[in-house]
Amino acid sequence: MSTIGQPVDRVDGSLKVTGAATYAADCRLTNMLYGVPVGSTIAAGELLSLDLSAARATPGVVEIFHHDNFEKLREAPSTGMPDGPDPIVDERRPPLSDTKIRYYGQYIALVVAETFEAASEGAMLVRATYRPTDPATPLGGEPTGPPREENARGDVDSAFAAAPVRIDAVYETPVETHNPIELHATVAAWADGRVTLYETTQAVVNHRRVLSVMLGVPTSHVRVISHFLGSGFGGKLWPWPQSPLAAAAARTLQRPVKVVVTRPMMFQNVGHRPYTHQRVRIAAERDGTIVALDHDSYNTTSILDDYEESCGEGTPSFYGAPNLRVRSALRRRHTGTPTAMRGPGAVPGLFATESATNELADALQIDPVQLRIQNEPEHDLSLKVPFSSRHYVECLTLGAQRFGWQNRSAEIGSMRAEDQTILGWGVAGASWIAERFAADVSIELRDDDSAEIRCATQDIGTGTYTMLAQIAAHELAIPLERVHVTLGDTDLPPGPISGGSMVTASIIPAIVRAARSAREQLARNGGSKATGHGSSPATFGEEHPTVSRHSYGAHFVEIGWQPQLGRLRVRRIVTVIDAGRIINPKTARNQIAGAMVMGVGMALLEETIYDSRTLEPLNRNLADYKVATNADVPAMDVTFLDYPDTHVNELGARGVGEIGLAGVAAAIAAAAHHATGVRVRALPITIEKLLL
Amino acid sequence: MKLFELRRPADPLEAIRDVLSPGARFIAGGTTMVDLMRLDVERPDVLVDLNHLGLTDIERTADGGVRLGAMTRNADVAHHPWIVAEYPVLSQALLSGASAQLRNAATTGGNVLQRTRCIYFRDVHAACNKRIPGSGCPALDGYHRNLAVLGTSANCIATNPSDMNVALISLDAIVSLRSSEGDRDVAFAEFHREPGDTPECETVLRPGELIAAISLPVARPHARSYYLKLRDRASYEFALASTAVVMSFEDGTMRDVRLALGGVATRPWPAAQAARLLEGRSPEPKLFRDAAELALLGAIGRPENRFKIELVKRCIVSALAHVTLAEFL
Repeated sequence: MSTIGQPVDRVDGSLKVTGAATYAADCRLTNMLYGVPVGSTIAAGELLSLDLSAARATPGVVEIFHHDNFEKLREAPSTGMPDGPDPIVDERRPPLSDTKIRYYGQYIALVVAETFEAASEGAMLVRATYRPTDPATPLGGEPTGPPREENARGDVDSAFAAAPVRIDAVYETPVETHNPIELHATVAAWADGRVTLYETTQAVVNHRRVLSVMLGVPTSHVRVISHFLGSGFGGKLWPWPQSPLAAAAARTLQRPVKVVVTRPMMFQNVGHRPYTHQRVRIAAERDGTIVALDHDSYNTTSILDDYEESCGEGTPSFYGAPNLRVRSALRRRHTGTPTAMRGPGAVPGLFATESATNELADALQIDPVQLRIQNEPEHDLSLKVPFSSRHYVECLTLGAQRFGWQNRSAEIGSMRAEDQTILGWGVAGASWIAERFAADVSIELRDDDSAEIRCATQDIGTGTYTMLAQIAAHELAIPLERVHVTLGDTDLPPGPISGGSMVTASIIPAIVRAARSAREQLARNGGSKATGHGSSPATFGEEHPTVSRHSYGAHFVEIGWQPQLGRLRVRRIVTVIDAGRIINPKTARNQIAGAMVMGVGMALLEETIYDSRTLEPLNRNLADYKVATNADVPAMDVTFLDYPDTHVNELGARGVGEIGLAGVAAAIAAAAHHATGVRVRALPITIEKLLL
Repeated sequence: MKLFELRRPADPLEAIRDVLSPGARFIAGGTTMVDLMRLDVERPDVLVDLNHLGLTDIERTADGGVRLGAMTRNADVAHHPWIVAEYPVLSQALLSGASAQLRNAATTGGNVLQRTRCIYFRDVHAACNKRIPGSGCPALDGYHRNLAVLGTSANCIATNPSDMNVALISLDAIVSLRSSEGDRDVAFAEFHREPGDTPECETVLRPGELIAAISLPVARPHARSYYLKLRDRASYEFALASTAVVMSFEDGTMRDVRLALGGVATRPWPAAQAARLLEGRSPEPKLFRDAAELALLGAIGRPENRFKIELVKRCIVSALAHVTLAEFL
């Protein structure tokens, strides 16, 4: 029996729970040195001088690199296309390349020592003098550059002005930090002009491209290995400066060098979700027909790099508004460069648009579920093509049924739990792109019905090893236990980035072809084994798509509000997901439930706080930056609709992850409003915003 | 982290001698000390290890109270049957703090001396009057959401973060100190100091003094107690506001009322006047609210922490209602 659709245990589960899985920072090489970066303690200005005397005197310190003695690395271009042949890196400036300080914590030196302890102490003893300039740039206000029109149809301004019911509101999401448990880490070792990098990266292939440019060696001379990741949430998609630091230091010193980013540096040097400021104007006829939707946003970015959050990514295809416009802009700040964080664009974007949709429902006095169903488009009005497979309405109706939405009393503060806690109910929809990246796979099939599948993609902890084994076993018609999966190594056939929830969708056509080829060769040529190769062409970035591909979902939230304690807690979430065929409902549920918990954190807790005077990120540890704890996790009910989307691949699987986070914060905000009467439009929804 | 010498003294008197050497600090559970050493806030030359010295007994005192050795672990105290039965406020306060792993390591004496979570105190690149006297206080006009509204000065608004300390105030605990000069007892309510002009002096502890034990007087008849902690998330977070209440409650009358506040003050905060207002009275909503107003008289809020004045008032009222089983809330 095929294991597709079965809740198979993780094939690497025992390695992880026994500690046998080795992560980048676990790598210990003979003769290895330890590097600890020194970060700047101002956000803007000039590094005038470094006093290294005390640091150099620390026993065990071998070398201290800085702008004067560090090799000049090349800047890698960044095309911003995750599937192109060119390298992608969000922070393009090579580390230690000049003395200008553009964000707090920017590396100004690397102390290398025989032990981690000596390197840490040396790093603490480096004394820097600066000429600071004023970095303060208040949030809010105007974007730095002109707005870019991303999408438009009809005449949104006239339609909005003419409509009888209108919502015009600004929504804000704060800077958020990814905070995977596994710290970013690089171990670099050179031999014969070739470097091996033990990394924690969501994209070994791109990492090799970037490092080959920065180090000035052919890609064939760079090998990147990333067998296991303690997650990344997008923060490990593109290389960050610790990697070239470690690689160049190892080349100069001719010894392996390990650099592990510290938890405070995780808030400074390896990306974050930027602050977003989104004005949404949505208008409808009195019967609830949406006539205009204007989504105008900007996000903060760093001084040197243009990171675009694309908050309006999902806006054009979600509802049937005939008049629509999506615009975005950037606002520069002296912070590190932002990067993709789980559900980039759609997650902050849907907080704004789905919150505005809920406000519109309230203004119309129409049930918010009904309003959404009423505005379901028949096709993608922007691309003017059919949907590949869209079951958003069923997500809403099934979710409403499982939640008990029919018992809702719409009046503010009108619902009570048995202990008199005030209940608030809220709903929001979710969408997330469902495309394919290019992928190559090879499968070695043996005559004893065992197989090895090889691909330079990665398992960031989501279950990619397991899922690939299931697909290969299915296609080869052999038992799951007979399939070995090898990932996370650039010596393997080039695979997709572990990003955008797209590995599953991307890899299936390649496996199908490789399996078929291996099977045919073995039958035709005989012998003990045969290797089949297969490729998946990309759909991401297609100029003229013939179908519109997205995943969908709906979240129904119940919160409890105890005004006498100023306490708001999420009690339960019912989520229904339409993500095509589900390969493994166990790992898939794991992804969605984890994302829902992240949604609780986004709605109520998470915010990277900067000192408004110095732009120093202040709460750079896991006590002061609050993510949801186990005690915050509500009762969660996850349902997959499981309609195969065969426009995406042979098995109809689109992949899951980000879709579980998209929309959750809007549903929680709506529930908070239902309970308290307070409309919080700037996340997170903290006590002081409710204590009126 | 700076290299340091670890000394393992054989008995408390040797520990007291060792800690008088230059740059020496005690280490107990290490949950504060190691954290601050990693941040470079603490840079001891010598660490005098208090583990293996005993001081781990939980025993009855002559008057029927309980004496907690300074090296008892927070988890052991919180789950001890005498504490659970006779001093629930202490058990609740301990269990509301930190995580199970931290409570297994942290000690009673160490918790008494827990340092503030003020972000600027913990950042060696920032000014801080507590860390470097006279350097200034960036929190006054900077980030201070988690900082104090009571007992503040122009030099410091750092909050004492301990939950246990708040409960100990409400229980009229006594701190037993040992030094080469001899032993002395200090009322827990007198142990911590407000920052005033010397925020670097947080307690009345003298150089070379060691906390040996904390004593709890015998629980009164009909005693009830409760610790209520309010915070953003449900676990693993310092209090935004907390209240410890201890009282005798019989025939609808409140007596021997003790009230203490946490998360809102520069030291574990006794709300003695508010407690006196309740003395001999029966529970009613207006009385509770009046007590809360009295407790916060003179509170100074700043833009980010002003909401805590109202929050802690609600915390007081709710805690009083809980202890007296009032149905009116």
